[in-house]
Amino acid sequence: MKYRILVLAALALATQPAVAQNKRPAAKPPAAKAVQVPAAEVKDAATLEFEKFRAEMEDSNPAELFEMKGEEQWKSKRGPKNVALAESCDLGLGVGKIEGAYVRMPRYFADADAVMDAERRIVWCMVEKQGFKFDDIAKQPFANETFTPDITNLVTYVAGHSRNMKLDVPLKDPKVHEAYEIGKEIAAYRAGPYDFSCNTCHGSDGKRIRMQNLPNLSTPTGAMGGVQGWPGYRMTGGIMLTHQWRMGDCFRQQRFPQPKYASDAVSYLLTYMIGNANGQVYKGPGIKR
Amino acid sequence: MTKKILLAVLAAPLLTAALPAAADADYRAKAVATLKKDFQPRGQASLDRLAEDGLQTVCNRTGNKPPEYLAKQMEADQLAGVKYPADGKLMGDWREGEKLAQSGRGFTWTDNPGLPVGGNCYNCHQIAPKETSFGTVGPSLYQFGKLRGNSPDMQKYAYSKIWNSKAYNLCSEMPRFGHVGALGEKQIKDLVALLLDPESPVNK
Ligand code: HEC
Ligand code: HEC
Repeated sequence: MKYRILVLAALALATQPAVAQNKRPAAKPPAAKAVQVPAAEVKDAATLEFEKFRAEMEDSNPAELFEMKGEEQWKSKRGPKNVALAESCDLGLGVGKIEGAYVRMPRYFADADAVMDAERRIVWCMVEKQGFKFDDIAKQPFANETFTPDITNLVTYVAGHSRNMKLDVPLKDPKVHEAYEIGKEIAAYRAGPYDFSCNTCHGSDGKRIRMQNLPNLSTPTGAMGGVQGWPGYRMTGGIMLTHQWRMGDCFRQQRFPQPKYASDAVSYLLTYMIGNANGQVYKGPGIKR
Repeated sequence: MTKKILLAVLAAPLLTAALPAAADADYRAKAVATLKKDFQPRGQASLDRLAEDGLQTVCNRTGNKPPEYLAKQMEADQLAGVKYPADGKLMGDWREGEKLAQSGRGFTWTDNPGLPVGGNCYNCHQIAPKETSFGTVGPSLYQFGKLRGNSPDMQKYAYSKIWNSKAYNLCSEMPRFGHVGALGEKQIKDLVALLLDPESPVNK
C-alpha cells in the first residue's frame, strides 16, 4: 500500500513535463516547417509519447488504488440500513456478481424500470439497498483534488472486474434498443449558443480540438476510444474520474446546461456510445493525460 | 416580419412532407423530452439553451442536409442579419485578432459571464504558422489572404462568414459568432485582419 502511494507520487511528478508538452508540443518550431508537417504527424508524436508512457505504467496502474478502496466499500456493511452491496446489489448478472457486469451495461433493470449505466446502477443500489440519500450522493458526485466520492471507488472496482472482456451491451433487449436510439438522437441534437451537438466534435474520423483527438463515436473503434479509459485516472490533478463525469464535461464544452447526475439522458447517451463499441475488448480503468 | 412568418407557415408543412426524416421522429421527440427533463441550469448555461431556433430545427431534422431550396432561402436570411461597421472598414488589427483566435473562453457554465469571450478559432482551425496546437474540425486558414486575396469582396466574405457562418453553409459546424453576440464588430474586424492583412503572419 505504502509502496503504491510512493509509486504514484513519483509518477505524478514524472508526468508533469509530459503533460505540459502534450498541450503545446514544440513550443518554438521553425515557422515554415511547422506548416509542412502534416497535422496527423504532429498529433501522433504527442499521442505516441503518451502511449509509450501508458504501456510502461501497465503493471502499476494508479486505478488499482481506487479499485482496492472500492472493493472494501463493496464488501462491507454500510449506510443507514447497514447492508453490503455484495449481498444486495444486482448489476444484472445476479446479486453480488461483478465479474463481467461492467461490460454488459447499460442494461434494463426491471426493479428500477430503467436502462442504467454501471455508475447509475450502483447509485441506485446505494439508495435502495443501503438507504443512502440520492441527493447527498448527487451533491458532489465526482472527484476533485481533495475528495473522491465512494461511488467513484465502487464503479472503478466494478469496472476492474471486466478487464480484458468484450463489451456486450444487450442491444437486442427492446428497452435497451430504445435507449440506444434515443441516445443516438441526443448525440445529434444541435442547440445552444454555438449550435453544437456531440457529433459536431465526435461525428467524423481523425478530427481534433487543439491537440486533443476526438473519437468518432459512431464507429466501433471510435466509440471504443470513448469507452476505454473510463473510469480514468487523470494525471493532471491526480484524480479518478468516471464516464458520467466525462459526459457532463462534454456537455459543458458543448455550451449546454448540466445533465442531472445519474439521469436517463446520460444513460441513453452511454447506451448509444458503449453499444457502438460492442465486441471491442475493454482493458479496464485507465490512465488519462 | 410578415414575410418571415409567412415563410415559416409555408415551410412547416413543406418540411414535414418533403423531408423523409433523416431519423425516426419518435425517437427524436423522446430525445428532446429527455433533455428537457434531465438537465439543470448551471452558471450562465440556462435551460433555454436546450430549445432549438429555426435553423437548428431544420438542421436537426434533416441530419444537417436540408433541401437545396430551403437552405438557399435560409442562408439568405442569415446573411441579411449581418451588421457591418458604419464606416465601412472591415479590417482591424491582426495582433488583436491573433489574441482573440487563441482564446477558447466563453459561454460554458464555468465561464464568468462578465468577461468577454474568445474566438475559439484555433480549437478548429490552423491559422498562424507559429501556433502548432490547432484543431482540425475546420479547414486550415493558413495563407488565407495570400491565396484568396484581400479585395473588398473577400473582406466582406470573411467578415460575414465569421459574423454568421450559416449565411454560406446552413448547417456549418462553425458557430455564428456575431449573430449570437459572442463577438462584436471590432473583434470581427480584428479577425478579418488576422486572415487577410498582408502583414499578418498568416500571409507571410
Ligand atoms: C466543442 C467540442 C466538443 C463537444 C461538443 C463534445 N466533445 Fe467530447 N471531447 C471533446 C474534447 C476536446 C475531448 C478530449 C478531452 C481530453 O482529452 O481530455 C473530448 C473527449 C470525449 C470523450 C473521451 C475520449 C477519451 O479519450 O477518453 C468522450 C467519451 C466524449 N468526448 C463524448 C462526448 C459526447 C457524448 C458529447 C456530447 C454530449 C461530446 N463529447 C461533445 C470535445 C467535445
Ligand atoms: C467548432 C468549430 C469551428 C470554430 C470554433 C470556428 N470554425 Fe471556422 N469553420 C469551421 C468549419 C467546419 C468550416 C468549414 C465549413 C464551412 O465553411 O462552414 C469553417 C470555415 C471557416 C471559414 C471559411 C473558409 C473558406 O475556405 O472559405 C473561415 C474564414 C473561418 N471558418 C474562420 C473562423 C474564425 C475566424 C473563427 C474564430 C472566430 C472560426 N472560424 C471558428 C469550424 C469552426
